[in-house]
Amino acid sequence: MAFLDIEHLEKSFGQTKVVKDFNLNIDKGEFVSLLGPSGCGKTTVLRMVAGFETPSSGDIRIDGRDVVDLRPNQRNIGMMFQAYALFPNLTVAQNVGFGLRVAGVAKSEAAERISEMLDLIGLPDLGARYPFQLSGGQQQRVALARALAVRPRVLLLDEPLSALDAKIRVSLREEMRAIQRRLGITTIFVTHDQEEALSMSDRVVVMHQGIAEQCGTPFEVYNRPATRFVANFVGTLNTFEADVTDGASGRVRVAGHDLTLGRALPAGRVTLAARPEMISLGAHPGRETSLTGRIIDVHFLGSVIRLRAEVGGATLAFDTFNDTDVPPPKVGEDVTLSVAARDLLVIGQ
Amino acid sequence: MNRFWSWAALAFGLLYFILPLWGMVMFSLKMRRGVLSLDAYAKVLGDEQFQATFSYSTIMALFTIAFGVLLVVPTAYWVRLKLPGLRPFIEFVTLLPLVIPAIVIVFGYIRLYNTSSWLPLTGSTMGTNILLMFGYATLSLPYMYRAVDTGLRTIDVATLTEAAQSLGAGWITIMTRVILPNVLVAVLSGAFLTFAIVIGEFTMAALLNRPAFGPYLQVLGANRAYEPAALAVVSFAITWVCMGLIQLFTHFSKHTKAAR
Ligand SMILES: Nc1ncnc2c1ncn2[C@@H]1O[C@H](COP(=O)(O)OP(=O)(O)O)[C@@H](O)[C@H]1O
Ligand SMILES: [Mg+2]
Repeated sequence: MAFLDIEHLEKSFGQTKVVKDFNLNIDKGEFVSLLGPSGCGKTTVLRMVAGFETPSSGDIRIDGRDVVDLRPNQRNIGMMFQAYALFPNLTVAQNVGFGLRVAGVAKSEAAERISEMLDLIGLPDLGARYPFQLSGGQQQRVALARALAVRPRVLLLDEPLSALDAKIRVSLREEMRAIQRRLGITTIFVTHDQEEALSMSDRVVVMHQGIAEQCGTPFEVYNRPATRFVANFVGTLNTFEADVTDGASGRVRVAGHDLTLGRALPAGRVTLAARPEMISLGAHPGRETSLTGRIIDVHFLGSVIRLRAEVGGATLAFDTFNDTDVPPPKVGEDVTLSVAARDLLVIGQ
Repeated sequence: MNRFWSWAALAFGLLYFILPLWGMVMFSLKMRRGVLSLDAYAKVLGDEQFQATFSYSTIMALFTIAFGVLLVVPTAYWVRLKLPGLRPFIEFVTLLPLVIPAIVIVFGYIRLYNTSSWLPLTGSTMGTNILLMFGYATLSLPYMYRAVDTGLRTIDVATLTEAAQSLGAGWITIMTRVILPNVLVAVLSGAFLTFAIVIGEFTMAALLNRPAFGPYLQVLGANRAYEPAALAVVSFAITWVCMGLIQLFTHFSKHTKAAR
């Protein structure tokens, strides 16, 4: 039994089932992300854990105790929202101390905890400010401090970074993760941003139309996607249709090339997929299959250059590292690409 | 050229508004023959009747405001939070007092709550006072509701409620520490409007036969020359002070200047 158990959780609004047989067990101190496109039911799952929605069926247990019948204010669960959740009439310090005051914590103890929290989020001097005097990033830090001040058992974060500028988003996510690690608080983080989910989480749950399609470490989800949806949603993916010529030894024919994948395949057609970083420009040790194509697009992203080439009628995206001595190929240039057949993903339906 | 006409229109409007006022003020100062004096004011303000009716109406206004706030703030909050689909309907209901004349409302009251009815409110002074307060609350409902609803629009009611709940707060804490403080300016402007309405109301008080300021104003107007003018100026001053206070509170509430 884990610390937070969600079992067979379902939720319908009227006739539409928006969460279907959702299961998740989270250990104490773990950071788990719910990742999926907008409307897939992430917020609904989170709100059921927080107590703002009642499940249609299923169980939610924290530390072995069923919480479904508890009201939100009885669950001792911290929550952080996308934006605009600070009390505008209270100062930063009063916001952070709100939960303490509700709980009847003595003034001196509360003051101590508030300053501890403000130190934690790196805003020790802003206690007297009002929310409207803070930047978006500062507001979200304060919201985090407010949620943590009451020492909740579980922390729920619903896209807390998505209203912020890109730069702040990246620095704040690192900071939030560091704080979470330091306090060892069990956390569910909801996001539609795969980079956020992959970079922050111990485990990622990829959701699609109310179903948890895969749950695993970022490494597993990215490298061994369980479904076609996961493969497509997480990271960039090149896909090709292939005819299986010999199922037992895993031989397939793709765009005029014969490849051996070295694992058993079903007969008929399969979809193969390759991440951009599995394809290299020119020859590459260990990547035995070579393809020829023509560059159609060059995106210089800094340390990485994302290229797109037309290969046998299909478009392939692939990456090379920036190299100060070698300029990237130009659009229209003919190139040779290499890939290791055994790296290719075979995507289930 | 366009400018000229705008200014002309403005000047006309101001004259239309100011001339009668000016005339009334001048007239109210002419009680003593040949000189301008405050005699009419002294007489009116010193009148026991004035003092009695004015305090009665002030007390009624305070109760009306308290009742209105207790009724409207939780209602408007709940409608925004849980029944957003009902908002147009509620808005329509709160507008009804503007289209139904006060005299119709008060006749309805008298029929429903007379001494031979199931709830004989008009049978006692207290009962009639309560009935009158309900009537006043109805009359001020459009203003109170709109003011509070506008106030609620400036905050994210649902998110703030949930944030407070997740921090352990119950409904009373949420109302008193989160919702009310954030709509206080709106509530105050609704309160001042209510005050102005109650002080000047005639129909209901007269038909329920309560010693309010409105009927006193009418009696005085029918029987005296200079005093009614002085009283009208006083009433105007009260209304304007109320308006001024609304502005003042709006200006000095530090946290509502939030730049969203
Ligand atoms: N209170 C509600 N009433 C009806 N439908 C809702 C309600 N809340 C969410 N939904 C629907 O449930 C689905 C999932 O919503 P949500 O959990 O917010 O998705 P996500 O957070 O992944 O974007 C959406 O199609 C949304 O329209
Ligand atoms: Mg959402």
